[in-house]
Amino acid sequence: MEKLYLPEIARGLSTTFRRLWEKPVTLEYPEQRPTIPESYRGVPTLVKDPEGREKCVSCQLCEFVCPPKAIRITPGSIPEESDYAHVEKAPQEFEIDMLRCIYCGMCQEVCPEEAIWLQNQFSMSGYTRKEMVNNKEKLYELGGTLPDEHFKWKKKKEAAEKGGGHH
Amino acid sequence: MEFNPIIVKFVYAAIVVVVIMTFCAYAVLAERKISSWIQGRVGPNRTALPLIGGIPVLGPFLTRLGIFQPLPDGLKFLFKEDVVPAHVNKFYFIMAPILSLVPALTTVAVVPFGQFVTEAGEVIPLVLANVNVGLLFLFAISSLGVYGVVLAGWSSNSKYPFLGGIRASAQMISYELAMGVSVLPVILWVNAPGKEGTMNLFDIAQAQNGFWFAMWMPLSAIIFLVCLFAETNRLPFDMAESETELVSGFHTEYSSFKFGLFFVGEYAHMIIGSCVFTLLFLGGWNPLPFVTLETLGMDKGILGAALSVGIFLGKMCAMMFLFMWVRWTLPRFRYDQVMRLGWSILLPLSIANLIAYAIIIFYLDTAL
Repeated sequence: MEKLYLPEIARGLSTTFRRLWEKPVTLEYPEQRPTIPESYRGVPTLVKDPEGREKCVSCQLCEFVCPPKAIRITPGSIPEESDYAHVEKAPQEFEIDMLRCIYCGMCQEVCPEEAIWLQNQFSMSGYTRKEMVNNKEKLYELGGTLPDEHFKWKKKKEAAEKGGGHH
Repeated sequence: MEFNPIIVKFVYAAIVVVVIMTFCAYAVLAERKISSWIQGRVGPNRTALPLIGGIPVLGPFLTRLGIFQPLPDGLKFLFKEDVVPAHVNKFYFIMAPILSLVPALTTVAVVPFGQFVTEAGEVIPLVLANVNVGLLFLFAISSLGVYGVVLAGWSSNSKYPFLGGIRASAQMISYELAMGVSVLPVILWVNAPGKEGTMNLFDIAQAQNGFWFAMWMPLSAIIFLVCLFAETNRLPFDMAESETELVSGFHTEYSSFKFGLFFVGEYAHMIIGSCVFTLLFLGGWNPLPFVTLETLGMDKGILGAALSVGIFLGKMCAMMFLFMWVRWTLPRFRYDQVMRLGWSILLPLSIANLIAYAIIIFYLDTAL
């Protein structure tokens, strides 16, 4: 019976005919976006703590651990007149070259301050190589603010003002 | 006002060719849309013409259907770089795509696509050349199409096109036999004793005002249909192309407009094949078995002619849908399976079918 092909062909045709009427399983991408699962590793970004302070202290661990050497940090100190002065350091410039980045997430893993996060943006595009390098401003713009339970800066400030602690 | 009949014929021919080419373009669109629906995708839905696409409701609807897609598809073939590789045999390389399209467009001449009944009851076939040997002419010319494929494969001077060309020629030869034999019962029945002998497609279609031939010669119809798939190089018989094994077979080395000619040629062959199947087995422009336009009383004048053409084109489009539907359902046969199916199944089957129907028709013609 199978040698006749035709009955099985008819069965196959009925299957595909039913498929004709079903809804497409695809997304029409630029308009419809896929739901990003939690802990997705997208574009690496810098985040601020809920008090609006930048968390990065420019320890350069991420720069060191980055396998494709996509991160370049210029360390700097926080100016005297700033509210956050004397507490920690901050990066003067922070660049991630997205043409090099391999989205491995090791920077996020290594960061002691939880300042660098791979968030859910997955598509980067640009017309020049230069455009594909995210500078500090862009990284903070992409990163935004993430919830934080540590309030490290607050504790440090209190310690600095009241004396003691480990400044 | 009297026109020179030759000029009138030229105008008719030009119109028919334009219509066929338009059908080809939209067949490509239909192919893309049907494949995407079967595969759970959306298909081309972005191309919009500035003016028509801007009409509210209708514009976006047509755009989503991809109605404007054939235009950029065609323009792409025109504007892409036309690469002629250095190692090809130039003369035959350029001739091959022309040879594959021209026979398909030539066969249109003998394919009737409707009837025009004057008030006096005279039936005029709507056909470019109402020749008596229509079917024979059609088989003869459409077989020439394989030369395009073979020449393309050979002149490309590279291995995959060569293999594709060899396979195509072997397949064409194998299936043409069964195809020719499978229509003989139809011709036997149409040429009843006492009538004038004919192989005219119009007469064959008109002979189906009772049973359609697909109904009382189902085996002939099935064999013819299978051979039609093979002759048009469609899946599951696309041995000439088999892109998973042979890159894309005979047209691997072709680009731009030359590839476009092959592409259009394939669809033109499909369209002609669908027309012929409709005429031979599906009753031409008869709306239903045992129901003709005459019994419905709607056969006279322009309206009747338009109705007959519409019914015929509708059936043809249904056949085209079948072609595409099968393509996106079945995997490709292996080469040896194709050969076995052609030579040791279809050919004996069609000969047995011919003998059986010859006996039946002899009995019917003499006894009744």
